[in-house]
Amino acid sequence: MQNIEHRAQSTDIKKRIALNKLWDYIFLATGLVSTLAGLVLLFALMTNLFIDGSQRLSYKFLTAFPSRFPEEAGILSAWVGTFLLMLVTAFAAIPLGVAAGIYLEEYAGKNWLTDIIEINIANLAGVPSIIYGLLALGMFVYFFKFGESVLTGGLALALLILPMVIMATREAIRAIPNSIREASYALGATKWQTVWWHIIPYSTGGILTGIIIGLSRAIGETAPIITVGALTFIAFLPAAPVSAEFPFISFKWLFDPFTVMPIQIFNWVSRPQQGFHINAAAAGIVLLCMTLFMNAAAIYIRYKFRKRIKW
Amino acid sequence: MKRTVSRKIKERIIETGLFLCALSSVFITLSIVVILTYESYGFFKEVSVVEFFTGTTWTPLFAEPKFGILPLVSGTLLITAISLMVALPVGLISAIYLSEYAPHKLRETIKPVLELLAAVPTVVYGYFALLFLTPLLQKILPDLSGFNAISPGIIMGVMIVPYVSSVSEDAMKAVPMYIREGSYAMGATKLQTAFKVVIPSAFSGIAAAFIMGISRAIGETMVVAIAAGMMPNFTINPMEPVQTLTSYIVQVSLGDVPHGTIEYKTIFAAGMVLFLMTLFFNIIGFWLRKRIREAY
Repeated sequence: MQNIEHRAQSTDIKKRIALNKLWDYIFLATGLVSTLAGLVLLFALMTNLFIDGSQRLSYKFLTAFPSRFPEEAGILSAWVGTFLLMLVTAFAAIPLGVAAGIYLEEYAGKNWLTDIIEINIANLAGVPSIIYGLLALGMFVYFFKFGESVLTGGLALALLILPMVIMATREAIRAIPNSIREASYALGATKWQTVWWHIIPYSTGGILTGIIIGLSRAIGETAPIITVGALTFIAFLPAAPVSAEFPFISFKWLFDPFTVMPIQIFNWVSRPQQGFHINAAAAGIVLLCMTLFMNAAAIYIRYKFRKRIKW
Repeated sequence: MKRTVSRKIKERIIETGLFLCALSSVFITLSIVVILTYESYGFFKEVSVVEFFTGTTWTPLFAEPKFGILPLVSGTLLITAISLMVALPVGLISAIYLSEYAPHKLRETIKPVLELLAAVPTVVYGYFALLFLTPLLQKILPDLSGFNAISPGIIMGVMIVPYVSSVSEDAMKAVPMYIREGSYAMGATKLQTAFKVVIPSAFSGIAAAFIMGISRAIGETMVVAIAAGMMPNFTINPMEPVQTLTSYIVQVSLGDVPHGTIEYKTIFAAGMVLFLMTLFFNIIGFWLRKRIREAY
């Protein structure tokens, strides 16, 4: 009698184990599917974009100005604008961000001011990009009177990626072991000498990776640039930065109106004609290649520096 | 002697310079607050606060303007809700899969690819929503309008998935191995361990990931501006076109609105509401992340 009951119990348990294992397998499958679903969908979308856009991609597309006729329109003013904007962004964000990162890691004491700066940077990273556009509109366009120019757009994007640059710098510096600093101090170096000759060179890889990823985000940003009033139809280039006459270098381009790649795409997508949608897809391919190339470069740099430096 | 003095001065100057750079980030926040407050203040001198927060019609560009922000807020929340319905389950399941099930090699290959997903410019996602997903959905739902809330919502969800899954996965990875081993020793399966042990232990981190996802969805602009239509619509019907706070700002900025007019000030008032909404979620997220750091 007892034996039978015992056997019944053990089949019960076996059933339960089988059921639990079944659930485990079901979840395993669900997990794999939902992890890959995003990738598969993205792959499908990319393919779609490439099929739509590749018919318009040509040398002429890269060297023509926008036009009323989709077949004749190109992205010359857009990619030149993007390039100039990135120049301004990099010049503003890199020194400021790296310096702030160095201060917070190497100099800052543990006090309320440091806490405020840290909380503030974490918060800035979560502010929507369009708010930076409003900030730039109020501050750079109307308060500093930079106008709706390359300078304003570049500075808006610089503010946007500043938290990313600071965080990347800090992470890169944090990875340097303390023994390096102690060795430098032991030889009589000052704090700044240590930073300049040791901390900065050893963290260059990490900082560079962060900067490139930040810039690749800035390249695709549309909202803040629309807010500062970039034009959607520009059939001329900003003034050339170098000229044959004295003083050879001109900064007039900083104050010229501009357009950028994402805005050009937005403009074309928003039109009802099919022809412009093809243009949007083609420009999308170019923009996507730029960001993916930058990200690949960042991954490569990170890999290379990690291999070179062994503590 | 003289050399040490000049060296000390140089060190002080450099330190001060670096400090000012770090402090500049605080000035950015302050300027955001000052500019939004200043322009909104000008706005609220002409429009009553009560009308602004309770009105259900938003037509500031009409001849007879109405300034009720609710349609924009409802549009923002509607699209955010749709995107979260996609992003939260998919993000959480794939985080559990990557953290608890996936072989090491697969995880190391998938993570960078997921990060690349986050690098795709949002305007390209907008293209997908308008010209790929909407026509596709229209085959299933014939009365779906060309601009609607559901299509940008879904695409935005896909956009946020990598974000949610990577932050949640980090939180689950931070749960010490011995806690899992205790569960396995009691005869629990991986699934039971994941749901009854790992998720509760990593709860703060997962919640932080969700909250940050919400904040991103609220602030997302281009997908909505392209695919949701620019129609302030006080509705919860995802088939209709809607306008969000962000896409309203885009719409006004695209036109030629003169500085100082009431139309110009509306974008700052809308921006203020947007800033406060995201700030609220960011603070909760920040507090939750701080809690995980203290837990282990």
